[in-house]
Amino acid sequence: MAIHSTVTESKIQYRGDGSSLEQSEPNKFDAGNLRSEEMILNVGPQHPSTHGVLRLEVLSDGEVIKEVVPHIGYLHRCFEKHAENLPYNQIIPFVDRLDYVASMNNEHAYVMGVERMIGISDQIPKRVEYIRVLVAEINRIASHLIAIGTYGMDIGAFTPFFWAVRDREHILRLLEWVCGSRLLYNYIWIGGLYYDLPVGFEDRCKEFIQYFRPKVKELEDLLISNKIFIERTANVGVLPLNLAINGGATGPMLRGSGLRFDLRRVDAYSVYPELEFEIPIGEGMVGTTGDCWDRTWVRVREMEESLKIMEQCLHRLTTDYRRTVEFDPQALLPKKIRPHAQEFYIRAENPKGELGFFFRADGKSDIPFRCKVRSCSLVNLSLLPEISRGVLMADLIAILGSIDIVLGEVDR
Amino acid sequence: MPDMEVDKVIAFAAERQISLKKAEGISIPPTLVVDAKDLVVVCESLHRDKAFYFDQLSCVTGLDNGPEAGTMEVIYHLYSIPYNQSLGLKVILPRDAASFDSLCGIWKSANWMEREVFDMYGVLFNHHPDLRRILMPADWEGHPLRKDYLQQETYREIKVSS
Repeated sequence: MAIHSTVTESKIQYRGDGSSLEQSEPNKFDAGNLRSEEMILNVGPQHPSTHGVLRLEVLSDGEVIKEVVPHIGYLHRCFEKHAENLPYNQIIPFVDRLDYVASMNNEHAYVMGVERMIGISDQIPKRVEYIRVLVAEINRIASHLIAIGTYGMDIGAFTPFFWAVRDREHILRLLEWVCGSRLLYNYIWIGGLYYDLPVGFEDRCKEFIQYFRPKVKELEDLLISNKIFIERTANVGVLPLNLAINGGATGPMLRGSGLRFDLRRVDAYSVYPELEFEIPIGEGMVGTTGDCWDRTWVRVREMEESLKIMEQCLHRLTTDYRRTVEFDPQALLPKKIRPHAQEFYIRAENPKGELGFFFRADGKSDIPFRCKVRSCSLVNLSLLPEISRGVLMADLIAILGSIDIVLGEVDR
Repeated sequence: MPDMEVDKVIAFAAERQISLKKAEGISIPPTLVVDAKDLVVVCESLHRDKAFYFDQLSCVTGLDNGPEAGTMEVIYHLYSIPYNQSLGLKVILPRDAASFDSLCGIWKSANWMEREVFDMYGVLFNHHPDLRRILMPADWEGHPLRKDYLQQETYREIKVSS
């Protein structure tokens, strides 16, 4: 009783009654209307295989799935509402937090959009562009490592995750050296960069490429060409190409279904036209084109392509656009970022697909009137119900892992 | 990507007795304003016609112009993979009765993106297969990105506004 008397009325935040037991996100299917062989199984939101806080409502007949209903929004952080109240340059840290395992790529897309809006995109020095591409490609490898590593763990292979995270750690340390933080960088700024690359970074980067190339092969031998892995993923979750296009799938998911489509080539943004790299696609080497194995295989090949891009960037950064004393990455930062009144949609190739930003500028303020994110994870995830009808419960986890979602970007 | 020849689209729609006009101001990719009642017909033709073949719906954006202007907008960004062209289609709606037909029958990706517009702006999409809130809780009051949105004081007896 003594405790009660110290808690004043105003301090009581919560006084549970019946209504608090109702679900804030009710099920789509009513348990009362099921057929006798059906059941509803709830997966998540706290479940390691969901890569974050994703809840799946599964209507199943025994172990065979009839329908999957993803419930999202558990990580909704109101990005678009925040963006309506912040100047363009102050949105960059929020952009980092969308797809938090590939922040550099997010920043690159966003910054490119704003630069084109204010019309300075053709003045950006080549060295800045090459550094941007370099760090974005390092980050792409890190993102794919997480995707492949956790995917192995999802379907029961524990070791590849440790190997992938060990190699990712080198990348994170490199990026920490560049900009001071491990995941959320705020490095690429509108009109330039926060800092130039640290002295010696290029050499370390080359060392990393040398170290990492055999590791990709190793990871491939350990996981991708492993018989158990193939049994679990080949012919599972086949996404036909026409459904992939109609459903808006992008990134490795679209390429896994066999379309050679990469925005780095199609839109030819930044310095990608000057760089040589292949666009790997799924070919159904062990099963059907567009199955889970193909999507994972595309990611492994893309890591190798990113290494190639990194090598070329490093070559240019040490020869044509080498470090000079007078080079100031912040020289072109605009004092005031106020685009003309316009609507602008920019898209770029993220590790997970097409990341788009839609801006509406009113021409009178430094704050976007509207900043909308076209999230690749959200659209890719919306295809999950389509490709998981009639599969087994264990395959659902395999399919979900192969989509490679990051809930930070799904929910924004 | 090359700029879309919007005049071709306008002429194409005019053959079907539908008038499209260019959106005011600068917009990239080029954007056309469509009457809400014509949107499905226009999109169906643009999706199927061999000259355009817009096979992907990239992005659906909602936008609230505020109570003074009294309008809301929904902008669809279409993309044609074979022709490498983008096009925006804009629907302007009255704020108090924002509803029109869904595009889910044409592009599957419209499903979740339209749900998000409904969740954030309260735009009702007719014939949508599954129009539920997507990011906010089902019993949240109001649509947060509307300009006249006021946050509720408490949610399930938990204080939420500062």
